[in-house]
Amino acid sequence: MSMATYAGRIRTLRHAAASRRRSTSLALLTALGAAFALALYLGDYPIPPLAVVQSLFSPLTGLTDRSVDFIVLQVRLPRAVLALLSGASFGLAGIIFQTLLRNPLASPDIIGIAHGASAAAVFCIIILGWTALAVSVGAFLGAILTALAIYLLAWRDGVTAFRVVLIGIGMAAMLAAAISYLFTRARLNEVQQAMAWLVGSLNAARPEDCIVLGGAMLVLVPLLIGLVRGLDAMELGDDTARALGATVERSRLGLMLVAVGFAAFATAAVGPVGFVAFVSGPLARYLLKGTGRGFPQAALVGALVMLVSDLIAQHMLPAVQLPVGVVTGACGALFLLWLLMSSGRSGRIN
Amino acid sequence: MLIWRPDHRPTSEGGRARAAARLALGLLLLALALFALALISLATGARAIPLENVWAALVAFDPNATEHRIVWDLRLPRTIVGLMVGAALGLAGAVLQGATRNPLADPSILGIHAGASLAVVLGVALLGMTQLSSYVWLAFAGAGLSMLVVYSVASVGRDGATPVKLALAGAAITAVLYAIINAILLTSPRTLDEVRFWQVGSLSGRTVDIALQVAPFLLIGALLALATARLLDGLSMGDDVARAIGQRVGLSRGLAGLAAVVLAGASTAAAGPIAFVGLTVPHVARAIAGPSYRWILPYSMLLAPILLLGADVIGRVIATPGEVQVGIVTAFLGAPVFMALVRRRKLAAL
Repeated sequence: MSMATYAGRIRTLRHAAASRRRSTSLALLTALGAAFALALYLGDYPIPPLAVVQSLFSPLTGLTDRSVDFIVLQVRLPRAVLALLSGASFGLAGIIFQTLLRNPLASPDIIGIAHGASAAAVFCIIILGWTALAVSVGAFLGAILTALAIYLLAWRDGVTAFRVVLIGIGMAAMLAAAISYLFTRARLNEVQQAMAWLVGSLNAARPEDCIVLGGAMLVLVPLLIGLVRGLDAMELGDDTARALGATVERSRLGLMLVAVGFAAFATAAVGPVGFVAFVSGPLARYLLKGTGRGFPQAALVGALVMLVSDLIAQHMLPAVQLPVGVVTGACGALFLLWLLMSSGRSGRIN
Repeated sequence: MLIWRPDHRPTSEGGRARAAARLALGLLLLALALFALALISLATGARAIPLENVWAALVAFDPNATEHRIVWDLRLPRTIVGLMVGAALGLAGAVLQGATRNPLADPSILGIHAGASLAVVLGVALLGMTQLSSYVWLAFAGAGLSMLVVYSVASVGRDGATPVKLALAGAAITAVLYAIINAILLTSPRTLDEVRFWQVGSLSGRTVDIALQVAPFLLIGALLALATARLLDGLSMGDDVARAIGQRVGLSRGLAGLAAVVLAGASTAAAGPIAFVGLTVPHVARAIAGPSYRWILPYSMLLAPILLLGADVIGRVIATPGEVQVGIVTAFLGAPVFMALVRRRKLAAL
């Protein structure tokens, strides 16, 4: 075969990969839009679709209906937006760690960062008797401090992915034990309260939560885009990357900080909602069939899982409002299982 | 610059025999340490018994002496359960890490603990069970069922149960099961109150009945696990190499999985879900004994009960006359040691 045919073939393949990425993102965006619309429309208080749209634009048009505006703008919209933002944050945090540490199991809810937030929150609830916002701040600090501790403990003439993973699971085990210990020593109602926080919920979503998380993401996403270029070299392994001249340590530290930021802010806003961070990366990569790293798609998948799970949590049982964390586990996992079983090939994940 | 590094591994026949002799001596020393620890475990508790009286109770039992009764009725069953559970957890972790070639694989990630926990939670919530001995069969059945589901999900598809698919399927099933567990615990305070003490992992109150119930399973599981050592060595070279040297990859993985589920299921049944031991002990064993599972497995089998029993003794000493559950002490004691090891020695990647 001549050089020209090779070049042509590569171009065709590149083109096919790009179009696969585009169509995947488009499909995810469409699903996300539909879920978002549904989240604004569905609820105990029936509001016709047109009134929902009118109310959304009421700040501009001045046409207001107080009660409808309150429900749409103060209740349903913040809840849907918070689901979207936190889901995307979890998804990004997960895929960054899974990519950096080259292990599909190494999401923040397995290597100890979610445990740090949880242990701090449980401590705040059971020992300090704090509630609501104070617990969120405690959880945020817990996540950051845990991540810092993991990184420092794994540092020894630089950090290797394998060491971070092992230190992380050691940390996770200690923190989980601390939570269990607090659970056995506390009164039952405190345990229940802590348990509710640990599962994670959007029931108390307020506009302020969206603003804090949204603001954080406005800073973190550009940082991520800037740092992501060093990843191609890093994915080849530490030694190869160094040989290729990549500033491995600095990019890795930067990316980890960004990932911890996503995880910490999202956890502070909605609690350590299970499995979204874990499942988004593998799902995105399955959908892409190996045609890309899948960061944007993982954010979309995370947001979709969160939004759909919250819809199910709110409306599945007529009398009970389940916390979203109960459903994300089931919802995300069933999606992953379906993909695992329907795809004949594997290895497109790591 | 160091380009050539002399290889210290013994290559000659004699060198290999010396290495084997050294490793065998190490096993012997560990066995002696374990025996001493078991005696200490018999002597420690709310009422301290001098070692010579412990020995007297063992060799010349006097039913009228209170101390002899304490040793036989309370501490011996507990110590035996600790020994069995520890050995089982160490073996199960090593076998699972070998079969999935993932350093994060352990009974809690592959769905075994979640299955056992869900079965116990259902038993408490629906059938009102409160007896430890009635949990045993439930936990065992739950563990077996969930591992069966994990394995069959991972085996669907052309390439069978690859490591990545096993790990992902295990994590997915775990998430589904915990979603159900959390939903039940959130809605039933009575179940939460009952289960929070079992979930920690503890050896307190374990009777001869429980030891006898799980002993046959642990024996069969241990023999099966030890028999898979050669198969795991084959798998550790990668599926393609293993297949090329004539090994049946799927069958090997299935046998290893079976051994792990019998061991982990039975140990969870006896002592509750203890996460840390199976995850970390194999890494320590690997650091001492090198890459061959023929040595990793026996080392894990002795190191794990040393950790578990040691933690149980400390848990009884630090909170006399009460006690801190072994699951908690294991994590708090083992995790720093493990992290120090991760830092100091170059733990081998899988």
